[in-house]
Amino acid sequence: MSNDKNTEAEAKTAGCGDCSRRSLIAATAVVGGVAGISAAVPFAMSFAPSERAKAAGAPVEADISSLKPGDMTTVEWQGKPVWIVRRTPAMLASLKADAELLADPESKRAEQPDYIKGEARTMAGKDEYFVCIGICTHLGCSPTPKFVVGATEGMGDKWQGGFLCPCHGSQFDLAGRVLKSMPAPDNLKIPPYKYLSDTRILIGDDSKGA
Amino acid sequence: MNKLAQQFMGWVDDRFPATKMYKEHLSEYYAPKNFNFWYFFGSFALLVLVIQIVTGIFLVMHYKPDASLNASGIPVAFASVEYIMRDVPGGWIIRYMHSTGASAFFIVVYLHMFRGMLYGSYRKPRELIWLFGVGIFLCLMAEAFFGYLLPWGQMSGWGAQVIVNLFEAIPVIGKDLSTLIRGDFVVGDATLNRFFSFHVIAIPLVLIGLVAAHIIALHEVGSNNPDGVEIKKHKDANGIPLDGVPFHPYYTVKDIFGAAIFLFIFSAIIFFMPEGGGYFLEYNNFVPYDQLKTPPHIAPVWYFTPYYSILRATTSDFMPWLAGLVAVIGALSFISLRNVVLRIVAAAITLVIVILFFALDAKVWGVVMMGGSVMLFALLPWLDQSPVKSIRYKGPLFKSILAVWVVCFLILGYLGVLPPSPVGKIVSQICSLLYLAFFGFMPWYTRMDKTQPVPERVTFE
Repeated sequence: MSNDKNTEAEAKTAGCGDCSRRSLIAATAVVGGVAGISAAVPFAMSFAPSERAKAAGAPVEADISSLKPGDMTTVEWQGKPVWIVRRTPAMLASLKADAELLADPESKRAEQPDYIKGEARTMAGKDEYFVCIGICTHLGCSPTPKFVVGATEGMGDKWQGGFLCPCHGSQFDLAGRVLKSMPAPDNLKIPPYKYLSDTRILIGDDSKGA
Repeated sequence: MNKLAQQFMGWVDDRFPATKMYKEHLSEYYAPKNFNFWYFFGSFALLVLVIQIVTGIFLVMHYKPDASLNASGIPVAFASVEYIMRDVPGGWIIRYMHSTGASAFFIVVYLHMFRGMLYGSYRKPRELIWLFGVGIFLCLMAEAFFGYLLPWGQMSGWGAQVIVNLFEAIPVIGKDLSTLIRGDFVVGDATLNRFFSFHVIAIPLVLIGLVAAHIIALHEVGSNNPDGVEIKKHKDANGIPLDGVPFHPYYTVKDIFGAAIFLFIFSAIIFFMPEGGGYFLEYNNFVPYDQLKTPPHIAPVWYFTPYYSILRATTSDFMPWLAGLVAVIGALSFISLRNVVLRIVAAAITLVIVILFFALDAKVWGVVMMGGSVMLFALLPWLDQSPVKSIRYKGPLFKSILAVWVVCFLILGYLGVLPPSPVGKIVSQICSLLYLAFFGFMPWYTRMDKTQPVPERVTFE
């Protein structure tokens, strides 16, 4: 390294001819940068769901008068399938027997309203009708009903009836409870709902006194 | 006449470096004279890019990104694709060129990447070419994913549902992030419109920029070749590499010949099997998207299946094996590193990863593994420590490990199109481990390998 360069470097560290201008440039760059970042805000915000999308969550009414025991019906709520399954006494009995096969038999981790109780996962006194969101808790596919007990639907001899997710093979029982060591971490979710009469269910609204 | 042309070019060159660029990139770009079959795929990729852009421009003239139902109860987007297929003159062939082009793109790009791995084209001084290439590959995957939603069929909708839900696995921000990507709480009209925007303008712009950077970087350092030797080491009196030939006319003619053969095959597929047996266009996608019902078997398009298999393989019982692999790599790094600080860093990183393996949900790691297995390609320039570049002079160790990796990649791809099964899960877990080990142990086995002496100049008959 030559002597000239050393002195040049010293001059730079000791002070510069246009220090105040350089500070102004830095300050301008900071202000400009803040403006640039702020300009990105509306673009980033526009990714969020619109007011219309947020409003599209109105409750839906389901008529269950024609639902036969052992059948299910699907209604659309907030763009998702909501299942209503009318379970037979045999189906309900199977829910009591399968606890050791389940990851969360008492639905402690599950997302469900407070008034949903027991292994049948229904409102008190309404064990027959099971209401849940038909979306797998793994990656959001809609499981397929496999209600026949045993191997006839390709589910193996021990199958007690329930649902199979076609995407990654998660299995659920007839109360939407996930079996052990499945890709899905949790039981199927249960939406808020209430009975308007014995044959009409309102999904998405559980407020009292209506 | 000739004089007039010269005068015209002179006028242009004074204002724009037309002749200079022509010389730099074509007539005086000296490429090694020993290029073989593998070197077709770069130019094929460029050809397919042009096909995709041109056909895409025409498809947008008729396609409507609209999820609402038309008078006959069919989603408008789905109906507009069928309209292109049935009612637009020439529409069917333009659409088949575009949908077949997507699969063709991945075929030529996978072969182009494999060429790079065979001949060490990512090695110094071509690291940036490789990184731009990895960027192009990621853009292509994004482009394919966004484009696949547009026909609004069952596979479109449920595929997008699964992939967007992957982001939900990210701790803390996951749920909001996936809502932000969809623009709604479900895959709906907002999702379709933004994916359309990404597919036709945002990603293509980035893609074209990266392709330009890829080629500029390539022409700056010069092409590698099947021998992996630098042709710039031996130049004649005029500074021209002795083993180089001008790209034009030598390789333009070669590539045009190759392109003709490629287009024969491409046309045969478009005319005789445009659906590719359900692999290029999946049969379930001829059914409009029904958000209440998942089809009985869903799988991604073939080019995503190796990574999809890795995602499916990563369950809670797989985590101890992954932790074992990381621990071994960490221990090897600890032993190999001389610097004490680096040793501590290596040990700390290993420990943190292993702890996180068990602390976080396996679902999170599935997503990380899937993304990571793509990103690992970016590390190749630094993982490969072999004294030679080309497979021609690498030893039996590297050759056999590469062969195992290729087999694993193909098996993972095959398993990814099948429905989940217990046997398939174990096989895909073994293949996933080997896939990761290929990258993880590369710094050691490439050093251990018995390489052969590299010739001073390219071999050419």
